[in-house]
Amino acid sequence: MPAVRVRVASLLHSYTGGLKVIELEAATVGEALKALEQRFPGLHFRVIDEQGQIRPHMNVFLNEDKVQNLATPVAAGMEIYIVGALSGG
Amino acid sequence: MTQPIAPAGANTWIIGTRKGAWSLNMGGGQLGEPWFFGAQVHHVVQDPRGSETMLAAVRTGHLGPTVYRSTDSGRTWKEAGQPPKFRPKEDYADSPLDADDGRRQGLTLDHLFFIAPAHASQPGVWFGGSSPIGLFKSEDDGVTWEGVSGFNDNPQLSKWCYNFAPGTPDGPKCHSVQVDPTKPNRLLVGLSGGGLFLSDDRGASWAPINSGVAMEFAPPKEDGTEYEFGHDPHDAVIHPANPRRWYHQNHCGIYRLDWQDGAAKQRWIRIGNNMPKDVGDIGFPMTCHPKDDKTVWVVPMDGQTIWPRTSVNGKPAVFRTRDGGESWQRLDRGLPSRGWHTVLRQAMAHNGGASLELAFGTTSGELWGSSDEGDSWKSLATGLPKIMSVTAARID
Repeated sequence: MPAVRVRVASLLHSYTGGLKVIELEAATVGEALKALEQRFPGLHFRVIDEQGQIRPHMNVFLNEDKVQNLATPVAAGMEIYIVGALSGG
Repeated sequence: MTQPIAPAGANTWIIGTRKGAWSLNMGGGQLGEPWFFGAQVHHVVQDPRGSETMLAAVRTGHLGPTVYRSTDSGRTWKEAGQPPKFRPKEDYADSPLDADDGRRQGLTLDHLFFIAPAHASQPGVWFGGSSPIGLFKSEDDGVTWEGVSGFNDNPQLSKWCYNFAPGTPDGPKCHSVQVDPTKPNRLLVGLSGGGLFLSDDRGASWAPINSGVAMEFAPPKEDGTEYEFGHDPHDAVIHPANPRRWYHQNHCGIYRLDWQDGAAKQRWIRIGNNMPKDVGDIGFPMTCHPKDDKTVWVVPMDGQTIWPRTSVNGKPAVFRTRDGGESWQRLDRGLPSRGWHTVLRQAMAHNGGASLELAFGTTSGELWGSSDEGDSWKSLATGLPKIMSVTAARID
């Protein structure tokens, strides 16, 4: 499977033990998030709700494209960004 | 009445706010450093059954809802390993539920709203009421949570609760989860909106219990009968000292129910009719004296015209009955002569002690307390974010 790099925003660092960049292998964005959950239990549900949707105030980008579908395939060398959305005031 | 039985020796107010939770010693002093700073804290409850566990219903704007646990009086907190969540909609695909039922569309937990310890004979068991409306249970002291299937999967639930539609400003809520101290199998919950519902089998089955309760926001039924459900209770309690006596503050009045053995229907009576007419009987919180089943405190809100939900006539006051609601006394000594407080349903509490302490918090971030059962009030804290809940805990 392709090796990808996941960059995690500070609001999730309590789950990653402070890690900002995680390298893992995944074929899709959804698989990458599940792989993150294996390493950092609890993180997945903070990004993806129980209906399988990205939470309304979270954003996931693949390189610079906003991810709408977790089945979006990833290629080797791509970067996934998990960030808090611009929301609130 | 978010905490009918306070932990023995409670000495600290726990204040849940829109931006975190704070503790304040009842003996005075300064606010502590915030817990969950920046997050919405809907409820923090310490186990009154003797364990050290404290659970907090927390929601962050970005990361969604969860539950935190502390076993050291709030010094450290750890997130639940499996927080509450609804079942995925795929689970209902082959169910007999209507296609437009909220569960078939997929419910996403917005926040856990209400935390309640189960019966004293069930240590480590907790319940949680949520928004959207749902009921959850933990059997391992808050570490993992599962939906109460008899409630969340009940075929009638969508009919009872307007199909989970938003009806209250912060979303529909399952609240006032009450466990009868003399009947471990008996549970009462309040749905805003939906009404009050009773289970006598630990949550496996449920029935509405709203007879006698007004529904002034709906036309009278053409056949002259009462609505069985669809009401809007704000705060309900099974009295801890007399579990045959229940009280509740509703969107449409203040009520008492005295359980009648053998009656075809249990019936609420509107004790709010005895409130002064120029004050009315609309409000959110209701707090019962822990030992005296005739003493109750409420905080009337302005329910006229467009429902401003602030102190009636701009004059903050608590009202107390000493006779089960036959008469009410206005208690405003020490409160501002002019003010437009809003006190939410979970934002009033007592400490359960022989020397009773009372407190309520406002959405404008003020905490008020009384050491004489409400005869007089003093400011305990100001400058807090919007206060969403007040409970009592013992913190050594």
